[in-house]
Amino acid sequence: MSGQSCLTANDWICGEYVRSRGQELTDATVQHVWITALSVVLGLLIAFPLALLARGQGGRRSRLAGPILGLTTVLYTVPSLAMFSLLLPLFGLSAAVVVTGLVLYSLTVLVRNILAGLEAVPAEAREAAQGMGYAPARLLWEVELPLALPALLAGVRIATVSTVALTTVGAIVGYGGLGTLIVDGLDSLFKAQVLTASVICVLLAVVADLLLLWLQRALTPWTRVRTPRIRTGRAAAARAGRAARTAKAG
Amino acid sequence: MGVIGNAFAWLTTAVNWQGESGVWNRLGEHLYFSGVCLLLSCLIALPVALWLGHLGRGGALAINLSNVGRAIPTLAVLILLTLTPLGRQGDLPTITALVLFAVPPLLTNAYIGMREVDRAVVEAARGMGMSGRQLFLRVELPLAYPLVMTGLRSAAVQVVATATLAAMAGEGGLGRIITAGFNTYNTPQVVAGALLVAGLALLVEGVLVAADRLLDPVRRRAAGAQKTA
Repeated sequence: MSGQSCLTANDWICGEYVRSRGQELTDATVQHVWITALSVVLGLLIAFPLALLARGQGGRRSRLAGPILGLTTVLYTVPSLAMFSLLLPLFGLSAAVVVTGLVLYSLTVLVRNILAGLEAVPAEAREAAQGMGYAPARLLWEVELPLALPALLAGVRIATVSTVALTTVGAIVGYGGLGTLIVDGLDSLFKAQVLTASVICVLLAVVADLLLLWLQRALTPWTRVRTPRIRTGRAAAARAGRAARTAKAG
Repeated sequence: MGVIGNAFAWLTTAVNWQGESGVWNRLGEHLYFSGVCLLLSCLIALPVALWLGHLGRGGALAINLSNVGRAIPTLAVLILLTLTPLGRQGDLPTITALVLFAVPPLLTNAYIGMREVDRAVVEAARGMGMSGRQLFLRVELPLAYPLVMTGLRSAAVQVVATATLAAMAGEGGLGRIITAGFNTYNTPQVVAGALLVAGLALLVEGVLVAADRLLDPVRRRAAGAQKTA
């Protein structure tokens, strides 16, 4: 009755499954993590220049802001299954399909949050740095970016958590990490596999969120000191969070 | 060009639109799933959110619920539900998964909409002797309307988009055209299905943006005032 039987009985929770298929689970988790991480990093690399383009000069949004925000929002509306299918002819059956789709989705949240963060930098801080002779590039890296960091990282957290969930849909092209196990489990009615993979997927999202929260605290120590300046940082983060609060279908 | 051209050829073939796995039937299933789910989600989320917003309580719950919702893969929930006894009840797993998915953003947006109503206006209305009920109906609700509608709109678009995933769990909807194309290695059909699904999502977004503008009570009142002046 014990040991082997939970596999034959097709129980939801099965230690025997985790022991015997440990390698398969590890591989799927590793795939899930690298697809998610690559997508968010690429998304950040693309979103940052886009947010800078949208910001424009002297506190007023550039003419590109409307098209950039509009386009990323429209992309976000496209259902994930359709997005991956539309990219399929471009890349064939490969992880590039999934990563590209996820990058396009993450842009919405990231561009909005980075833009909100940069726009919330107090004008006095900017003017003081300019008065001290900071060139635009140095102003960006040493003054504006650190002040925009809380909002930026809030965006990265949202993007990461929803990307972890969305990666599962990549199962359609065979690169869904844990999602592939979940869909295979449906075909073979293998309950333990579906439940175990789903739980690991949610755990991944939670762990990623906590790691990023820790990173945010480590990188922005000043937000933990109560001075008037943190207010602007927190308010910006809150505003940015509001800008993109809805969850994407995973 | 080849794939897109073939996809259009698929779309313009009348046979592909008819029958049980045709476009019309799948579209009907898709709209049925989305409509029922949205209605149920609104019935669950809006009264709770508006009431909590009126009382000014439960903010942490309303906001954290949305964050938790984001971490849960809808596909996994859908497949888990399909494997439970619920799975033998036809559409029930899909509808349950979609409702679970739509409630958090609706709740959060409606709650925040209520809380963002200018406190000075609320205090003024209270000072004029409005009862809680009058305050809710005549002040808070009209002012919160734009944000509540934004939440409703994004929930609707997301439900339409997510209903596509029902196909991966073997249920109906437009996503079935994509998965059926996958199973038969019919790439033009996959792309045609994806175009249909993406088009529907964008269309729904467009229609709701227009409806939102037409129905905004504050904007309507402003327009009416302009006409009489």
